Amino acid sequence: MSMDMVKRAGVDTTHGAILYLEDITVSFDGFRALNNLNLDISVGELRCIIGPNGAGKTTMMDVITGKTRPTSGSAWFGQSHDLAQMTEYAIAHAGIGRKFQRPTVFEQHTVFENLELAMKMDKRVRPTLFARLSLEQEDRIAAIVRQIRLNGAEHRLAGLLSHGQKQWLEIGMLLMQEPQLILLDEPVAGMSDAETARTAELLNELRGKHSIMVVEHDMGFVAEIAQQGKVTVLHEGSVLAEGRMDEVQAHDRVIEVYLGR
Amino acid sequence: MKRTPFLFTRLGWTLLVLCTLGAALLPLLHLALPETHALHVSGYALGLFGKFMCYALAALALDLVWGYTGILSLGHGVFFALGAYAHGMYLMRSIGTEGSYGSRLPDFMVFLDWKDYPWYWAFTEHFAYCMLLVVLVPGLLAFVFGYFAFRSRIKGVYFSIITQAMTYAFMLLFFRNDTGFGGNNGFTDFKRILGFSITAPGTRVALYLATLAALVGALLLCRWIVGSKLGRVLAGVRDGESRLMFIGYNPLSFKLFVWTLSAVLCAIAGALYVPQVGIINPSEMSPANSIEMVIWVAIGGRGTLVGPILGAFAVNGLKSWLTAAFPELWLFALGLLFILVTLFMRKGIVGTLPALLPKAARRKEALQTEEETA
Repeated sequence: MSMDMVKRAGVDTTHGAILYLEDITVSFDGFRALNNLNLDISVGELRCIIGPNGAGKTTMMDVITGKTRPTSGSAWFGQSHDLAQMTEYAIAHAGIGRKFQRPTVFEQHTVFENLELAMKMDKRVRPTLFARLSLEQEDRIAAIVRQIRLNGAEHRLAGLLSHGQKQWLEIGMLLMQEPQLILLDEPVAGMSDAETARTAELLNELRGKHSIMVVEHDMGFVAEIAQQGKVTVLHEGSVLAEGRMDEVQAHDRVIEVYLGR
Repeated sequence: MKRTPFLFTRLGWTLLVLCTLGAALLPLLHLALPETHALHVSGYALGLFGKFMCYALAALALDLVWGYTGILSLGHGVFFALGAYAHGMYLMRSIGTEGSYGSRLPDFMVFLDWKDYPWYWAFTEHFAYCMLLVVLVPGLLAFVFGYFAFRSRIKGVYFSIITQAMTYAFMLLFFRNDTGFGGNNGFTDFKRILGFSITAPGTRVALYLATLAALVGALLLCRWIVGSKLGRVLAGVRDGESRLMFIGYNPLSFKLFVWTLSAVLCAIAGALYVPQVGIINPSEMSPANSIEMVIWVAIGGRGTLVGPILGAFAVNGLKSWLTAAFPELWLFALGLLFILVTLFMRKGIVGTLPALLPKAARRKEALQTEEETA
């Protein structure tokens, strides 16, 4: 157990990119979930990733967060972090936060406690045992609570929140970690139209402050948050097309495999 | 609304102090009052209460890993027994030459025709060294076992089965005569502890009070831990370990910490148990004993700290009475109790009791909690 792995080293982004994926291949029993995938994300960019089911979107996130090891290829966070060599918690510490497809919050804890657990700080055993919240930290939690529209519900158990509120809480937990890169896996799945609109608003507020990668099926939502930014279309484990939303929507192959109807 | 756990309320504190004072008063009634007095507490009753407190401490330790962290151990008996054996080594050495054979070696070694103590009995004539062993041996075992099990991400029922196998393996090892721990007879016939006769009323009262202090101390320690941020991380291990990893905690270190601490508390319970009960043998490591501990916690209410203590007292009180009155019924009663609790009282006595209180009392309590939170 290497404790020094947990120490947060600064992410070196001198070349302007926060994430590079180079020729990543992941095979499960011969099936190539990712097939020579190449992708890079710039600092401060909000990138949307779309693609049909089985295109490898979730596997790609698993590789970035250390849950799955690539069969070949390399994944770099900034210039210095080789993600293929790091554990999940070390990656989280280095500054990559991930929201899962299904909301995963601690249901037996209150909203406040969920955010407190996620807050960026020394997360080893002893400091955790003696941790006391400073006023400044409480203010930070309160600010995030407002940002994710859960004010008034701070002391409600997370298990009692609505589906949409849980998704927001999870985004709030990501923000508490002060990550440089945020991965969002279908953040509006199962949300009502009003909730989806609120989420788009929330992501637009975060634009520029963090590098964000959003995987989403909902085209209306993607159009809303992608604006003039790049959209990447995945198909069968590699990049099919990349460009502005309107360019991608006009791309022949994309229409054929995904949008076409 | 955020609900303060019962133990953190003013009422909880008051009850804790009252119970501690009440338990501390028992030995006074034993020593000061004549045997004919109506309030006299017999030596037997005192010993029984002392034994129950040891069980309660073990149950408390188990609650820390099972109730709060979601790690079900079916092998905590091994830590309890190792603590007891470590202290037992000192007690055996204290017999001196008063054994049946008049040798400076314990009877079982004379019987095996051993000429001297084996190397691992070195220094065990020193009380302080044995107390160190009480903590270190089970602690080290738990640490090493836990490290490999948690590192391999063994969870749930698989982990439980391995702990069960571990205690069984240790039982078989200790049953062997040539292991050097008295085989199936274990350690018994203790004469004195720190120079005091082990049967003297004063000694028994001192042991009783030491057990009470250990139990209350452990309760306060556990209460502090589960109320800290670390306690919330432990509940996170129970409710969503992968989420915990993705927000930057290493579950391995947290599990290892609480697992080792629990083993050490359980070992201390065993060390306090052996001089009061006067015997320790390998049957304490039988899988059934560890399962019984789990039942105390389940019946009392897991994840409540106070519950397992009550559970240990309730179940063992019932056991003492039933095994005397209807010896053949005990295992059936235990099984039935477990089934009933699992079906109808999933939160155990402490988790269910508030629902049985009259509505008005409950509302008052809720109001109080709200005030205290505000």
